[in-house]
Amino acid sequence: MRIAITHISEYRYDGPAGSAVQALRLTPAPVKGQTLVSWKVEAPGIDSACSYTDGFGNLVHLVSPPADSTVVRIAATGVVETTDTGGVSGWTGEAVAAGAFLRSTPMTTADTAIEAMAEAVRSDDRLATLHALMDAVSEHVAYEPGSTHAQTTAAAAFDAKMGVCQDHAHIFIAASRFLRIPARYVTGYLLLEDGAEAPAHHAWAEAYVDDLGWVGFDAANCLCPTDRYVRLGAGLDAASAAPIRGVRRMTGEESLTVDVDVQAVGQGQSQSQSQSGGSQSQQ
Amino acid sequence: MLGRTASNLFWMARYIERAENVARLTEVGHRLSLTPDVGSGYREDWYSTLAAAGCLDKFDSGRNRPTAAAVHKYLLFDRSNPSSVSACLEAARHNGRSVRTALTREVWEALNSTWIEFSNFQPADFGPGKLPELLDWVRQRSILFRGAVQGTLLRDEGYHFIETGTFVERSDNTARILDVKYNVLLPTTGTAGDERGMHQWETILRSASAHRSYRHVYKSRYRPANVLDFLILRPEMPRSLRFCQDRLEWSAAALAAATSGGAASLALARESGLKLRESAVDRIFQVGLHEYLTEFLTRTAEFADTLAGDFHFN
Amino acid sequence: MLKTQAYTSDGQSPFFDEMLRPDGTPRPAYAEILKWLSGQSRASFKAKQEEADAIFRRLGITFAVYGAEEANERVIPFDMIPRIISAAEWRFLERGIEQRVRSLNAFLYDIYHRQEIVRAGKIPSSMVNENPAFLPEMMGFDPPGNVYAHIIGVDLVRTGENGFFVLEDNLRTPSGVSYMLENREAMMHLFPELFAAHRVAPVERYPELLRQTLESMAPRECDSDPTIAVLTPGVFNSAYFEHAFLADQMGVELVQGSDLIIEDGALYMRTIRGKERLHVLYRRLDDAFLDPLNFRPDSLLGVPGLFDLYRAGKVTIVNAPGTGIADDKAVYAYVPEIVSFYTGEKPILDNVQTFRCSIDDERGHVLDKLDELVVKEVHGSGGYGMLIGPHASKKERADFAEKIRANPANYIAQPTLSLSTCPAFCPEGVAPRHVDLRPFVLVGDRVRVTPGGLTRVAMKKGSLVVNSSQGGGTKDTWVLED
Repeated sequence: MRIAITHISEYRYDGPAGSAVQALRLTPAPVKGQTLVSWKVEAPGIDSACSYTDGFGNLVHLVSPPADSTVVRIAATGVVETTDTGGVSGWTGEAVAAGAFLRSTPMTTADTAIEAMAEAVRSDDRLATLHALMDAVSEHVAYEPGSTHAQTTAAAAFDAKMGVCQDHAHIFIAASRFLRIPARYVTGYLLLEDGAEAPAHHAWAEAYVDDLGWVGFDAANCLCPTDRYVRLGAGLDAASAAPIRGVRRMTGEESLTVDVDVQAVGQGQSQSQSQSGGSQSQQ
Repeated sequence: MLGRTASNLFWMARYIERAENVARLTEVGHRLSLTPDVGSGYREDWYSTLAAAGCLDKFDSGRNRPTAAAVHKYLLFDRSNPSSVSACLEAARHNGRSVRTALTREVWEALNSTWIEFSNFQPADFGPGKLPELLDWVRQRSILFRGAVQGTLLRDEGYHFIETGTFVERSDNTARILDVKYNVLLPTTGTAGDERGMHQWETILRSASAHRSYRHVYKSRYRPANVLDFLILRPEMPRSLRFCQDRLEWSAAALAAATSGGAASLALARESGLKLRESAVDRIFQVGLHEYLTEFLTRTAEFADTLAGDFHFN
Repeated sequence: MLKTQAYTSDGQSPFFDEMLRPDGTPRPAYAEILKWLSGQSRASFKAKQEEADAIFRRLGITFAVYGAEEANERVIPFDMIPRIISAAEWRFLERGIEQRVRSLNAFLYDIYHRQEIVRAGKIPSSMVNENPAFLPEMMGFDPPGNVYAHIIGVDLVRTGENGFFVLEDNLRTPSGVSYMLENREAMMHLFPELFAAHRVAPVERYPELLRQTLESMAPRECDSDPTIAVLTPGVFNSAYFEHAFLADQMGVELVQGSDLIIEDGALYMRTIRGKERLHVLYRRLDDAFLDPLNFRPDSLLGVPGLFDLYRAGKVTIVNAPGTGIADDKAVYAYVPEIVSFYTGEKPILDNVQTFRCSIDDERGHVLDKLDELVVKEVHGSGGYGMLIGPHASKKERADFAEKIRANPANYIAQPTLSLSTCPAFCPEGVAPRHVDLRPFVLVGDRVRVTPGGLTRVAMKKGSLVVNSSQGGGTKDTWVLED
C-alpha cells in the first residue's frame, strides 16, 4: 500500500522564541514492511542543522530556530510504500542492544497491579504471551482521549483504567519488561478505516521475539500493525522516541498545533486531525 | 572574554561602589541625627537618606516613623535589602569569585577579606558610639579595592568593565543625592545667611565627601550654584557627574578599540559627555534641576543597558 | 629536635608503615627524610606550617562543605612531610594503572558497541544494559580516538610491602588534581633544600598535558586549532576552585551552561566579541545534568542539545557521557575479568576483595561476617548508604542485613582495609597516620600517568577515614627517580 503523510507541527510563542533547540525524529527508518518513496523534513534552520542516527536507529536533526521567531513550523511530508508483515519489523539494525530494552524508565515502571496482569498471561511461548498481554491491556484500559497527559506513567494510567495510545503502549512495555521480554515504544502514523475515530498520529509497542526480531503490538487497537501502519521512530518510552523534543531558554507562553494528514495514494482515502498541547520549556 | 565575565566584573565594581556610597549616606544621616533638630528635620532626614540610597520604597517602617536603629540595620546588615552594605559586599565577592582568574590576587583579597570580616560583625556591636568606626571601615575597604584595581590590573577589557561598573554606580549615586534635595538647591531658596540652607548644603557635600574640597576650589561659603557646579560640572571633582562621565567615555572608547564592537554604548557615552561639557549652572536651572537630573539618570541607565547588549552580557 | 618516638613507643603497629620497618630502621626511600626530620625543631616546623596555611588561604584553595553556608569554605589541612614512593614501586604502579585504564576504555568501547564481553558470558547483560550508569543513547557512537575516559583518578590503598590495591576507578569527573599541583608549589617554596637532596619526578606539566590531551580529542571535522573550555556547574560547586584553577592553568575559558549556545549545528560560547565556536568541552558536570533535552529535563546547569551535537561529531565531551558504568561499584568486582578479557594478561594491580551480595554464597558470607565488613550500595557514592561493620551497633547491622536480603543486587561488601601509615606532623610530634593515594591519569593519543598523585591522610590518630569532609588532609607525593 502506498501512503502519503503530511505531519505539521506549529509552535506559536507570545514573544520571540529566544534561544531554543529542537531535536526532530521525523524520518521513518527503512524497516521490514516499509520503504520510503519520498520524504522531506522542513523546519527553520534545517539547512544548517546537524544530524546523526541515534542508538535507537532514528535519524535525528537538531535545529535551532532564529531567536526572533514567533512561529516555528515543522513539517514532515512524504510517501511510504508498505506491505503487511503481520506486525513484524524484524531486525531493525539499531545500535542499542536488545538487552537495554529491559531498562525501566519512570514512565514504564511496572507497579504491583501491572505485574499481576503480566503474571496472569505468562507462558512458555513468548509470542503467545505477548498476544495475551495485548488483549489484557486492551481490555483493562479504555481509550479515552484527554484522560491522561504527556507525562502520565504506565502505573497511573493502568490504575485509572483509561488513556490514549501512549498509555496503552507504556503499560504493555512495562508488563513486557517485567516478564523479561525486551520492549520499546514506537511512534508512527495510521491510515484509518472510513469513519474511525482515532488520531492518525499514533504510537504502539514493539517486543523482541527470538525467531522474528521486533514485533509490533498496538494495544490501543488490539492488533498487530498492518500495511496501514507507518513506523516513524523508536525509543525506550514516549519521551525517548518523541518526534519533536524541544527546550527553550525563555519564559512565556507557547502553544502547539499538530496537523497530521494520512491518505492512501490513488484511493482517495484520507483523514486529518488536529491536536493541541504544550511542550517543554525552560527558563 | 566571556560575556558573563564582563558582567561579573561590571557588577563586582558596582556593588563595591554601592557599599561605599550607602556607608557614606548612613554616616551623613547619623551625623544629622546628632545635630539639633530643626523643625521636622529629624524625621525627614532619614527619609532622604533612604531615598538617596534608593531604598525608600522598599523600607517598611510600618506606621511608625523610621528610627535610627532600624534604618542603620536596614542599610547595613539587612540581607533582604539588595542595597545594604552586607548584601553589596556579598554580591561583589560572589561576582569576583565567579571570575577569580580574571582578577589579581590583590583585588581578590580585597574583596574576599572584606566580606569575611564583615560577615563576622554583629549588628548589636555597632551602637551609635561604634557606628562611625564601622562606616569608616567600609569606605576604607572600598578604597583598598579601588587601589588594588588601579595598582595591579592589566589595562585590558576586564579593567574597563570594572571602571564602567564603578562610574555608572558613582554617577548614579551623586545624581540621586542631588535629586533628593533638589528643592533646597534651587536659586530662589538660597539667600546669604540662611542657616538652615547652609546646613542642608553641607549635608549634600558631605554625602559626596566634597565638603572640604569645596573650600579649596571655591574659597567661599556654601552657595547652591557652587554646590551644583562642583557636583555636576567640575572635571577635577572625583564624584562629580562630569568626572564620572569622562571616565565612562574613556573606558567605552577603550573597549570599542579593543574589541571592534561597542559602537552604540560609545556613542551614548559621547553624547552624555558632550551634554555635560556644554552645560552651565544657569542653563541647568533653565531646564529645571529635577528634570536635568532625571534625564541624566535615564541616560546613565540606558548606557549600562546598551553596554550589556554590545558586549553580550545581558 | 622533633620527636619521632610516637612511632616506636606504641610498640608493634599492625599496620604497614612506609617510612620505618618494624625494627625501627628507615626504608631506603625515606632515609633522607628521616635525617631531615631529626634536624628540624618543633618551633621551626610550626612556623613553616603556619606559612603553608597562609599560602593556601591566600591562593583561595578551599572546598565547600555540602549543605554548609558559603562562609564555611575551609582550607584542607596540609601536612608538610612528603609521602615518598620509590622508583621501583612507581614503575609497578604505573604499569598497573596503565593496564587498568586501557582495559576500562576497551570495556567502554565494547559495551557501547557489540558487547562482546556480555556475549562471552563474562559479565551479566543486566549488569550492563540495565545499569542506571549505562547510557544506551551512547551505543553505536565512535568517540574521537575511541577514548571514553580521558581523565581518571584511580584510588589506591597500600597494605604491605607489595600490597597495592585499587579501591575505586574514578572515571566520571575525578577531582583533587589542583591540590596535587598546589601542594608541590607550596613544598618547593617551603623546603627547597629537600628538593636538592632528592630527585623528585615533576608534576608541574599536568595542565599542559591536560591541554594536549583535550586538543588531541577534537572532533574529526575540526581542522584548525581546537577551542577548549572547562564546563563548571558554578561557584557553589564544592570543586569550583579546581575548575577555575585548571581553566586558568590551561589558558582556556571557564564556562557555565548559560554561557553556551547551540546554533546552526555547532556549540558556541558567548564572548564580549560575539559567539565563538567550541570544539572540546572538559565538563565537570555529571551526565544527568549535561543536557536537559536528552537527560534530566530540570537541569539548569547544562546545555540543551549538547549530547546531540556530540553524537553528530560537532563537539567532544570529556569524559564521554556514560563512562560511569565502568566505575560502578557492581561492575568493579568484574574489573579483573575485564582486564584479562581485553588484554589477555593477568591484572597487575589487584582489586580489594569484594563480595557480591547478588551471588548466594557471597551474600551468605557477608551476612555472617557483617561485623568485619564494609557494605556499600552499588550506585551510592561518597559514603552515603554505607555500613562500616566494626563500628556499627548490633541494631544497625541487623537493619542493614534486612536491606541486603530485600535487594541483594544493590550491595557489595569489602573487608575493612589496613591502610598503610606515613609520618605526619601532629600535636604530639611526628606520628604515623593512615594514607591513601589518587594518581591522575590522562588518556589521549597516549596514556600519561602523572608521577605521584594526591595523598590523602587521616589526621586523627587511628582514623582510617581520609576524606576531607571528615577532617582528612593532604600531602605532597614524591616519586623518586633513579
